[in-house]
Amino acid sequence: MAYGKKETEKKQEHHEHHGHTEEHFKEKHLMLDPLPRGVMNDMVMEAVTEKPSWKWWATVIFMGATVAYCLVYSWYVLIAEGVGVAGVNRPSYWGIFLVNTVFWIGISHAGTFISAILRVFRAEFRRPFTRVAELMTTFGLVQAGFSIFMHMGRVWLAYWLMPYPNQRMLWPNFHSPLSWDLLAITTYLLSSTMYLFLPLIPDLAMARDKTTGWRKNFYRILALGFRGTEGEWTHLRNAMNIFAFAIIPVMFSVHTIVSWDFAAAMRPGWNSTIFGPYFVIGALHSGMGAAVVVLAAVRKFIKNMDYFIRAEHFDAIGKLMLIISMGWAYFFFNDYMVQWYGGDKWTKQLLHFHEAGPLGWMWFLMLIVNIAIPWAILWNPKWRSTPWLVSIVGILINVGMWLERYIIIPISLTINRMPFTWRQYTPGIEIPLGIGTLVLFILLYVIFAKLIPMIPVWEVQEGQMAHQLKKFGRETVVQVSELE
Amino acid sequence: MTTLSDLKISEVKLATEEGGKWGMVIDQDICTGCQACVAACAMENNIPFVGEEDSGYGRAMHWIRIERFWEGEYPEVKMTNQQPMMCQQCGSAPCEPVCPAFATVHSQAEALNLQVYNRCVGTRYCANNCPYQVRTFNWRDYERPEPLPNQFNPDVTVRRRGVMEKCTFCIQRIHKANDKAKSEGRDVMDGEFTTACAQACPSNAITFGRIDKEDTLVYNMIHHGHTHGKKHLEELGTLPNITYLNGGGA
Repeated sequence: MAYGKKETEKKQEHHEHHGHTEEHFKEKHLMLDPLPRGVMNDMVMEAVTEKPSWKWWATVIFMGATVAYCLVYSWYVLIAEGVGVAGVNRPSYWGIFLVNTVFWIGISHAGTFISAILRVFRAEFRRPFTRVAELMTTFGLVQAGFSIFMHMGRVWLAYWLMPYPNQRMLWPNFHSPLSWDLLAITTYLLSSTMYLFLPLIPDLAMARDKTTGWRKNFYRILALGFRGTEGEWTHLRNAMNIFAFAIIPVMFSVHTIVSWDFAAAMRPGWNSTIFGPYFVIGALHSGMGAAVVVLAAVRKFIKNMDYFIRAEHFDAIGKLMLIISMGWAYFFFNDYMVQWYGGDKWTKQLLHFHEAGPLGWMWFLMLIVNIAIPWAILWNPKWRSTPWLVSIVGILINVGMWLERYIIIPISLTINRMPFTWRQYTPGIEIPLGIGTLVLFILLYVIFAKLIPMIPVWEVQEGQMAHQLKKFGRETVVQVSELE
Repeated sequence: MTTLSDLKISEVKLATEEGGKWGMVIDQDICTGCQACVAACAMENNIPFVGEEDSGYGRAMHWIRIERFWEGEYPEVKMTNQQPMMCQQCGSAPCEPVCPAFATVHSQAEALNLQVYNRCVGTRYCANNCPYQVRTFNWRDYERPEPLPNQFNPDVTVRRRGVMEKCTFCIQRIHKANDKAKSEGRDVMDGEFTTACAQACPSNAITFGRIDKEDTLVYNMIHHGHTHGKKHLEELGTLPNITYLNGGGA
């Protein structure tokens, strides 16, 4: 950890200084603390190519076994026996499978938000962690896809939902929100995977030049012969620019369409016109919470990452989390208030059931962890810069957002217009399958950390080149020049 | 006086305006809740027995169910009329547009909601969107020990796991009657046949027949002699084809 040592030396050095000195800026901001490109490349590649420790292997084996049992075997049982092994039942025909689907699609939104929206708005703090966030989109969507296929009664016929030519001229029903969903999620998965891949190309080329053996072949194929000429960079920048702008409406549409699965149905509690934006902000809420947890884990468990990921990044995401939490509270209140004011007798029953029913604790816990705790902690710059503390907030927000979906799906389905059928939902095989998706999500990160550079080095360097410290008299000032 | 037609809102249709072909009247005042219709329906339509465990979890499969309600708090409890509930064969059915695979579709010819078992992939969206909660799902492949397979109705498909199903108004009987009438060169007569539930009802609480003609029994029961006919959740605009008679006096 040669680089880490340098860091600590620096820290001691300027304890004597006060105010906004050059050293102070450098310690705080990655963009103002440049290292030569070669050194950064080595740091990142060292983290990737370093021989995995026995701890890494133990983690992978343990997680792999969990995935094999919870995801593969349990899914086999589910398909072989029928959806009866799950807890879904009349009237809660939809259960944790769809809760997980919405949850994972929500998680996936952080990737696009961080990497596309922050890129478009040139938020400089995004640079070191766009990759981690984009991976979250792809990995999250994989889990969402699994969850929605688990949900289907006859998953082996899932291809019937695709518009493919067939002799009987049968087409999917484009009136159904589920058809819109399928198209939206497929579009999102494909475009976000491409958007993950494009900024990865220069790093893959860098990795190709720094490795030998199977890795060299692996990177050579993936890097598509990228050499870093001016023309290649121009093409790449254009492509990334197009994707960054194009993927933002895709991201908004995906979760809006997911919300229409519920909002378009004629059920009390679902038939709400504000569900679209409410779901989008909820997705960002859980996504940012998850991003901060992943970021803290990357910083803690991967070598040399404490140079790239610093307190300033947790501070910046913490601010975003606080604003998104406020936005979520606003939409929640809007949704609740208007439904309650409407005075429909079934909606009234349902809202009462949310708070005072046997699972009312979920409703209150959701409000505490989604609103009270983020507001109480994230307002403080010191607290929100502390990785472990802000990670706990991130985990709690995700618990809260999962509960929100649980309240919207199985709990709201419990109350309908036919009181004779009211019945509570008890999950069955959904639980191991849900755990399976979570473990697979983490496992994909653990494996990919050893396969691809987790930090977009070129993007960090580009940022560092654009930033300058200038002295005006006794004051040090940050200058950012336009790059493109 | 302003009537609806004066408003010239051509899109708006009231339930009474929608012409169904087949309809049903259920007289709750004479329903005893004996469940004979439930048993007859299960026999007629090859509905599986789900076994003790699934039944205990509320997965007993029936296309028709008798709902019991009561008024007041214990011990001052007063039973209200039994309420047989099955697919209302809506004219504008919420289950239909939400199916991504066209497994639940409207039959223009019969004015019924069809369920195409072969096409169902089991998203269960239709069941969520049904305000009457009358759809049942094949949660598993349920066992039929001997000699139960001997009483299969050969006119009705046996469903497998992962498929949604619901009351069809005994469409196999409708088709049989249609075919017979066609071969004899006439229209199906009212009362020529009836559904399994109506056939089994010992108190004649269920009447099935045509509602697209004025001289039929069901039409007359709805429009003449009874002023207390109601359709369930009519306010949702689902245009149900089953009329309930309730509270008509002793």
